[in-house]
Amino acid sequence: MTATAPPAALARKTAPARWRRTALPYLLLAPALITFGVFKAYPIVDSLLLSFTTGSGSATRSAGMANYRRLLDDPLFWTALRNTGEILVVQVPLMLGLALLMAIGINSALVRWRAVWRLGVFMPSVTGLVATGVMFSFLLNTDNGAVNRVLEAVGLSGVDWLGQPFWARMAVVLVLTWHYTGYNAVIYLAGLQSIPRELYEAAMVDGAGPIRRFTAITVPALRPVLLFTVVLSTIGTLQLFDEPYVLTGGGPDNATLTVSMYLYQNGFRYFDFGYASAIAYALTLLVSVLGAVQMRLMGEKDR
Amino acid sequence: MNLKKLRGWPLTFLLAAVTGLSVGPFYWLIMAVTRKDTEIFDWPPKLLPGGHLGDNLHRLDQKVGLLRVLGNTLLVAGVQTLGALVVALLAGYAFAKFRFRGRTLLFGLLLSTLVVPEQVMLVPLFKMMMSFGLLDSYQALILPGLCVPFAIFLMRQSLSSLPDELLDAARVDGAGEFRVLWSVVVPVMRPVMAALAIFLFLGSWNQFVWPLIALRSPEMHTLPVALATLHGNQSTTDYGAILSGTALSTLPMMVLFLVLQRQFISGLLAGATKG
Repeated sequence: MTATAPPAALARKTAPARWRRTALPYLLLAPALITFGVFKAYPIVDSLLLSFTTGSGSATRSAGMANYRRLLDDPLFWTALRNTGEILVVQVPLMLGLALLMAIGINSALVRWRAVWRLGVFMPSVTGLVATGVMFSFLLNTDNGAVNRVLEAVGLSGVDWLGQPFWARMAVVLVLTWHYTGYNAVIYLAGLQSIPRELYEAAMVDGAGPIRRFTAITVPALRPVLLFTVVLSTIGTLQLFDEPYVLTGGGPDNATLTVSMYLYQNGFRYFDFGYASAIAYALTLLVSVLGAVQMRLMGEKDR
Repeated sequence: MNLKKLRGWPLTFLLAAVTGLSVGPFYWLIMAVTRKDTEIFDWPPKLLPGGHLGDNLHRLDQKVGLLRVLGNTLLVAGVQTLGALVVALLAGYAFAKFRFRGRTLLFGLLLSTLVVPEQVMLVPLFKMMMSFGLLDSYQALILPGLCVPFAIFLMRQSLSSLPDELLDAARVDGAGEFRVLWSVVVPVMRPVMAALAIFLFLGSWNQFVWPLIALRSPEMHTLPVALATLHGNQSTTDYGAILSGTALSTLPMMVLFLVLQRQFISGLLAGATKG
């Protein structure tokens, strides 16, 4: 890249132009293309090929569709899928609903110290998921944890968060919601602030009440950000790994085993690379199908 | 006017409560790491710090080798961030400002991997690093994070709005291509690059699955891996040590965030507003 000197002094004006047109862009792209090829493209293809093999090391042999057939008959895979699905179905709507309410609240002109609230609710999202998981394993402690103490203080009974299958999944939901709600709220807030005030004023002149204004102006204007957050959180939750790994270890009795954790177990505890790759591709399929469906459902209406 | 102000108070109060829920756990954490193990579960919780931070950190150090682990995390995150930033700047510049054969195809190829979950690459990367003899090394952690398609996409988007005349003016003045990049493009892009750097650094500082797989020996551990290992070890019930590790992984990012809020938020929102 530093070789900018023209080959001959006479060509001073034309040679750099030609070199700029042809070689330079490829030189600029070289680091990206090399790292992309080696650490992204190759693994993606290799993983697909691996999913049709069995055994490991030099004993690897072709297995056709066997891994995929095994996947369909594997009760533990279905358990993992069901757990992931349950966490997803509870967590994403809960979190995004709360985030939208938070954003509307912070956006209200009546509220004081808005910058402080925005800062505060965003804070959890800069924490690592492992640190969050460790912290909450203390806060959710059944006998002594702060969460149960607070529940008891307001007259509810404490919950065996990490010991009961259903509540363990809800603990994961709780931690995810704590971690990501503010992040989504700040995204919505940015969306809300880009809606021109005149739209609301015009609607008020036309006699539209607050609910009508919300459904007729706010929701359509937020559609792109809503779509973005729904797709992003769905994809993220489908790949859930860190929190259950730290918080529950997949337990009790596989109640919080997620698809990603099952992949990890097969790949790096049993070193069954073929089967782990098949799980990875099943996950990819799930992510792309769900993502595409959501984009269709939410993206089309206003076109 | 006055009535309007009054109406705002319940909402303000509600938001204060929500913010309390968001920030409360951090406050609890800070109090917990300054106290003795036996006081961590006290109820009502201690609202003032105690004097045991040093003890807790010392025991954590004995368990995981604190400086080494912090150094590993910082080194990996720093090099990875810098590398990914340079890779993305160069590639984004090429995609935004040059016409060349295969431009659309290559860009499409890069972007198409955005929909592939990271988990797909774990097994092949592990095999690759094993055959290179790079398992349990810094390279194994850093190399796979150098090409970040999202970062390239973001750089291309921002560079597209940079006027060509600016670049051509510098070229007419006799600046070489490297000079154009370094003294015209980079200064203009500084805010975007700062936001992107924070986004990348945060991701790298907190990355977990791949280091968990690629690392073997405790002295190579990064903070999240060391923390999860310590926490997962059933025989360790040294809460003070575990929590001070948690604080060490959390608080630096917290401080960075408070100092650089604007860059943080625009970095983390970049995907939402550009996409």
